[in-house]
Amino acid sequence: MAEEVKLLNTWPSPFGLRVAWALKLKGIEYESIEEDLSNKSALLLHSNPVYKKIPVLIHNGKPISESLIILEYIDQTWTHNPILPQLPWEKARQRFWAKFNDDRLLPSIWRVFVTQGKEREEAMEASLENLKFVEEELQGKRFFGGDKIGLADLAFGWLANLISVLQQLTGLKLIDERFPLLSAWIQEFSETQIIKDNWPSHDKLLVKYQAVYDKFHPLK
Amino acid sequence: MAEEVKLFGMWASPFSRRVELALKLKGIPYEYIEEDLSNKSPLLLKYNPIHKKVPVLVHNEKPVTESLVIVEYLDETWKNNPILPQDPYERAKARFWAKFIDKKLLPTVSKLGHMAGKEKEEAIEEAQQQLKIMEDELKGMQFFAGQRIGYLDIAANVLIWFRIVGEFIGETILTAEKFPFIWEWIEKLMEIDVVKECLIPKERYQDLMQLNRNASKHASN
Repeated sequence: MAEEVKLLNTWPSPFGLRVAWALKLKGIEYESIEEDLSNKSALLLHSNPVYKKIPVLIHNGKPISESLIILEYIDQTWTHNPILPQLPWEKARQRFWAKFNDDRLLPSIWRVFVTQGKEREEAMEASLENLKFVEEELQGKRFFGGDKIGLADLAFGWLANLISVLQQLTGLKLIDERFPLLSAWIQEFSETQIIKDNWPSHDKLLVKYQAVYDKFHPLK
Repeated sequence: MAEEVKLFGMWASPFSRRVELALKLKGIPYEYIEEDLSNKSPLLLKYNPIHKKVPVLVHNEKPVTESLVIVEYLDETWKNNPILPQDPYERAKARFWAKFIDKKLLPTVSKLGHMAGKEKEEAIEEAQQQLKIMEDELKGMQFFAGQRIGYLDIAANVLIWFRIVGEFIGETILTAEKFPFIWEWIEKLMEIDVVKECLIPKERYQDLMQLNRNASKHASN
């Protein structure tokens, strides 16, 4: 039976990007549909009525939402080039770190970006603490998944293309010489062919996030 | 090799109770360690240094944290009485709704204990809107697919906990009239022996909520 795979996405989304990377890593053919979030398509609203968000994967007409759930679905359905390890404890560890990114690290860094003054200081402190935990996890590893890219790498992957943008726009340093392992991981990850080939333009990201930044930090 | 399974938990935590339920469903022998969350044990802090929370499962000295991650770990390690659906799409749906319960419903209802007035009314409305979403999307679902309780049923222990919270604050958030499917689902779940064993004891929990409420009143005086 012919497989029909669609991905509803937006080009800058860190969550959509991790799904695109997974599909490419597995060599899965898919149709990428760019959504306009200010004017959501009927297909998106029908496929994700609960959250009305991207990414949504539609496989032979069946919609799956929530990026980490999509990644697990992809890994279970197309079993070559696995993104999760075999051993249950190692799997649990990958899932822990993917959740850590989504529940703790990403929100704390986002707060640094969108807040000011005392709130920003607190967000900075939280971010640095979170980054320290992540740095420790990379001890003795090339990727979070070990020798190759895994679920946790895909979850943290947004750091590789977006952190430099956020740092540039805020003038703040987050991942620098204080985090040598993370810095090395960003390098390795960014240079992996599949990842490199599916990389949002740095310049386009700067423009987009400048606009977001200005919204949160209106000039007085 | 002898399996050594320990669970660091807390009697009032629905997350901790979930893991107990999964362990019992699989018939896995384990040692339970009750944590005093106001005075966390060195072992808990050693096994969960990042979040410092319960539940933590320790299997042959290796820790696993986050209740749903633990449930999946148990399912992958002990293959009897499978908890997650085999079909990838059904599995994705089960995970989706478990996440919805944890990320949407639960935080909304958690706040209710300390709220009053307009704020409380708004939170109740929000909880009911979220319950409605679940009710509409899930009705028609077979209870206990395959006659055996599974992942989403385990995650739904939180819905049972809602009823206790609702009674305490004098608001029935979850009613049979408004949410007939969810109501019946919970009723059926509560008939199962192993689920009954893992329920948070109602009176004891309500006493705890009263204690917390009194403490916060004193704190603000």
